[in-house]
Amino acid sequence: MHVTGRVLTVKKVGAYRHLTVAAPGIAERFRPGNFVAVSIGDLVPRAHLARRSLWITGVKPTGAHGATVEMVVEATGVGTQWLAELSQDDQLEMTGPLGRPFALPKESVTCLLVGEGYAAGMLFPLAERLRERSCVVTMLLGAADEPHLLGALDARRSARSVSVVTGDGSVGLRGTLADALPDLLASTGADVVYGAGSIPTLHAVAAAAEQHGAWSQVAVQVAQPCGTGLCQGCPLPVVGEDGVGRLVRACADGPVIRGDRVRWNELVTP
Amino acid sequence: MSRPNPVMVASGCGGTGRELDSLGVLDALGTFVTRTITLDARLGSAAPRVAESPSGLVNAIGLQNPGLDQFLTRELPWLAARKVRTHVSIAGSTLGEYVDLARRLGQSPGVSGIEVNLSVPDALAWGLFDAQEPFQAARVVAAVRRDLPRGIEVHAKLGPDPARVVESARAVAEAGADAVVLVNAAPALLPDGRPGGLSGPALRPLALRCIHEVRTALPDLSIVGAGGITDASDAREFLAAGADAVQVGTALLHDPTTAARIAADLRGDTP
Repeated sequence: MHVTGRVLTVKKVGAYRHLTVAAPGIAERFRPGNFVAVSIGDLVPRAHLARRSLWITGVKPTGAHGATVEMVVEATGVGTQWLAELSQDDQLEMTGPLGRPFALPKESVTCLLVGEGYAAGMLFPLAERLRERSCVVTMLLGAADEPHLLGALDARRSARSVSVVTGDGSVGLRGTLADALPDLLASTGADVVYGAGSIPTLHAVAAAAEQHGAWSQVAVQVAQPCGTGLCQGCPLPVVGEDGVGRLVRACADGPVIRGDRVRWNELVTP
Repeated sequence: MSRPNPVMVASGCGGTGRELDSLGVLDALGTFVTRTITLDARLGSAAPRVAESPSGLVNAIGLQNPGLDQFLTRELPWLAARKVRTHVSIAGSTLGEYVDLARRLGQSPGVSGIEVNLSVPDALAWGLFDAQEPFQAARVVAAVRRDLPRGIEVHAKLGPDPARVVESARAVAEAGADAVVLVNAAPALLPDGRPGGLSGPALRPLALRCIHEVRTALPDLSIVGAGGITDASDAREFLAAGADAVQVGTALLHDPTTAARIAADLRGDTP
């Protein structure tokens, strides 16, 4: 769906902006792991042609304003800065929901959800779906510091237990997600690990899961110029089922992919 | 009688066709042009592949494509079954490769035309036959034309060089091209120093100038205009400058419904 959404609310959440946008057609089709590709800047003249991909962190198919989608933005560049400055009733051109979503287990298994920074937001709708399937959900959230930590309170609603690590120790344990992973995998006995965050963190998730004999699914976050699979501008190095290495499109063949299929060392960190 | 839908997808901006179909905008197109297909599969270049520049994109995809065999087994049959009018963009390392590509595509159901990509920025760096000189471009077109059934059109895609575009267009027309596609991306540089191609509205005036030059010098040659078209008024500008059809490329990356909306708008013009 390609729609012109209307911004309903923009809330400051720590270092981030939380956007709620009325966008008919997107919420109804959403599955956890999906994203939207949004246009930034003035449309006439079109100065910025690449799109920005944002994880969908929540949807409400019905409400006073019709179907809404929620996203979390960290202002790091021209595009995200523009998004962070949106205000109520602004228009936002968006296409979605896009991408392969998380695969959900058929049986009730033990799941560890690992989220870093603003990307952690996309794991909350996943946690809800897993809980509906009677899965045991543990969440591990991490960030550099408290302002960059997202959803530590919300997590307690959807997870049986929540662990938090920050780089500066301002919340939870001091350390990195990679440090905290092995113990938590051992103590939960997780069958499946879901990850969202930076490439180095996802690499650590995939490696730790493999060591513990768990499946991993990670939501890869790289620049996606179109987000719709048209331009081949977001190459993701993987190994296929046939053992042959190839470059797939992160946006259309991912962004959620099995952690053991990614050739992490060849992936350029943005 | 309505005239045929003049809106095409520019090569490299329409994926495999399935992506536009999933958004419900494939059937609105006059012609789907594939990304450039080479005889052997190409992995493409390293990330980052695309950079924004004012009103433009600089890209270095490196001709990533699955190669002719995979294209013929996995992509073309779907387009044929879907009854999408399809032009296949091709590039070769040698004249012999162009002949192979044309011969096999000419025997494959579902191909309405071949778009010969004669103007890949930095062709040599990608290991392609250098068709920059008009006589070399003409050799490629002649080789492709010779092995194709008459019903399959040959389009020659040329670069945005107003000083030489008439000479190139004349040469490929004499060699048997049914139309020229004006223009390809302009040679450019990515911020990290690697070569790429500039596309988008930044290129539009240059594209219009090339079309104007060729239309003036060669009034009977069919011209497909491309270069930064983002809406129906842009498309009309191209048609007014002498194009018989238009291609929408970069704008699709920004808004995948662009080509369909332009087609609907132009259709409204026809009584």
